[in-house]
Amino acid sequence: MIGSIIDWLTSSASWSGADGILARLLEHIGYTLLVLVIAAVIAIPLGLWIGHTGRGRWLVTAANALRAVPTLGLLFALTLVLLPVLPGDTAFLVPSVIVLVLLAIPAILSGTYAGVEAVDPAARDAARGIGMTGVQVLVKVELPIALPLLISGLRAAVLQVVATATVAAYVGLGGLGRFLIDGLATQDYASTAGGALLVAVLALALDAPFALLERLVVSPGLTGRTRPLRPSEPNRTAPAGGST
Amino acid sequence: MSWILDHLDDIVSLTLRHTWLAGVPLVIGLLISLPLGWLANRHRRLRGAVIVGAGLLYTIPSLALFVLMPLLLGTGILDPINVVVAMTIYTIALLVRSVVDGLGSVPDEVARSATAMGYTPVRRFFGVDLPLAVPVIAAGLRVAAVSNVSIVSIASLIGVNQLGDLLVDGYNRAIGGELVAGILGCVLLALVLDLAIRLLERALTPWRRAGQGGAA
Repeated sequence: MIGSIIDWLTSSASWSGADGILARLLEHIGYTLLVLVIAAVIAIPLGLWIGHTGRGRWLVTAANALRAVPTLGLLFALTLVLLPVLPGDTAFLVPSVIVLVLLAIPAILSGTYAGVEAVDPAARDAARGIGMTGVQVLVKVELPIALPLLISGLRAAVLQVVATATVAAYVGLGGLGRFLIDGLATQDYASTAGGALLVAVLALALDAPFALLERLVVSPGLTGRTRPLRPSEPNRTAPAGGST
Repeated sequence: MSWILDHLDDIVSLTLRHTWLAGVPLVIGLLISLPLGWLANRHRRLRGAVIVGAGLLYTIPSLALFVLMPLLLGTGILDPINVVVAMTIYTIALLVRSVVDGLGSVPDEVARSATAMGYTPVRRFFGVDLPLAVPVIAAGLRVAAVSNVSIVSIASLIGVNQLGDLLVDGYNRAIGGELVAGILGCVLLALVLDLAIRLLERALTPWRRAGQGGAA
C-alpha cells in the first residue's frame, strides 16, 4: 500500500497537466493567499479599532462564537444558497471563498484585538503624555507591540484555510483536496493518501514562516535585552553570599 | 422543522455517535496530556519539544489526518477507530499546552509550602498543583471540546457516521431542513459539552466560589 502511494507521488504523470499535483498545489496556495488577504483587510483594521477604542468588543465575542458552527455545515449551507444565483464557473469558487474568509476572520480579529488589548496602559499613557495623537499611538505604539499576537492570529487563520480548502473540494473547489475527495469517491487509496500527505506537508510548510515571523517581530523594547538594570534592584542572578 | 420531527430517531442515534466520537478522545487526550504536561513543566528542554511537537500535530489538516490513519494503524478506512485516534491527537495537541501553563501558574511559594509540609512529589501533584491548575486546564478542554465537535463532522466524508451525515446528505439532496438540523445538532452538542466542562470545573474548585461569596 505504501509502495503504491510512493509510486503515485513520484510518477511524472501525476505531477503534470491541469489536474496534476503541481497545478493543484498552486491552486491550493492561491486560494489560501487570496482568502488570507481578504480576511486580513477586513479583520486587522477592525481588530485595531476595537482594541484602540475599546468599543465593539461584542464583535470579537460574536466572531468567536462562530467557531462552534461546524465548518462543513457552513460550507454546505452557503454553497446550497449561493449556487443557484451565481453564474457558471464562479458558482463553485465564490461560496467556498466566502466561507473560508468567514472562518479566517475570527482568528485574525481576536489575535489583533488581543494584541492591542495587551499593551501596557503605562506605555499608552506615556505615548499620549509626550503628545502623540490617537493615530500615532495606534501606529507607533500599539501596532508594534501587538504584532506578535497579530501574526499568531494570521498563522491560525492559514491553518484553518488550508484545512477547510481541502474539505471544500467536496463542493467543487480545486486544490489538493481534489485528490482526497476524488480518491475517496473512486476508492483509489494511493491518490487519497498521497493527496493527504501533500496537504499535511503544505500546511507545515506554510506554518513555518509564520512561526519564525512571530518571533522576529517582537518589539526590541519588549525582549528584555535592551532594558537597563535599575540600580535600586538587587541583582538576582548573583549568588547572595554563596548561600547554597 | 418538520424534517427534524420526522427523523428524530436518526438524529438521536447520530448525536450519540457524535458525542462518543468527540467525547472519548477528550477523556483519553486529557489522561495522556496530564503526565506529558507534568513532565514538560518539570524539564525545561522537554517543555520546548512538547510544545513545538503539539503545534506540529495540530497543523495537520483533519481530513488528511483521517485519511492517513489507516496507514499508521493498519485499520480499514471505514473503521471509527481512525477518527477516535485522530481526535485524540488533536486533543493532546491543544491540551498539553494548557496543562503546562496551568501547572506553571501554581505560585512558587504555594508549591514550596506544600513540600515543606511534607508532601511527597506525587501527593503534591494531586493534592496541590493539579487542583490549582484546574481552571487553566478546563479552559483548554473547552476549546478542545468545541473544536472536536466541529472536526468530527468532517469524518462523514470518509464514511464514519455521526451528525455530519445530515450535513452531507442534506447538501447532496438539497434538503435544507436536514442541513439545518445537522448544524443545530453540532452547535447544541458543542454548547452542552462546554457547559458540562464548566460545571465540572465549578465542582472541582470549591474555593473559588467560597472566595466569591466572601467578597460579596
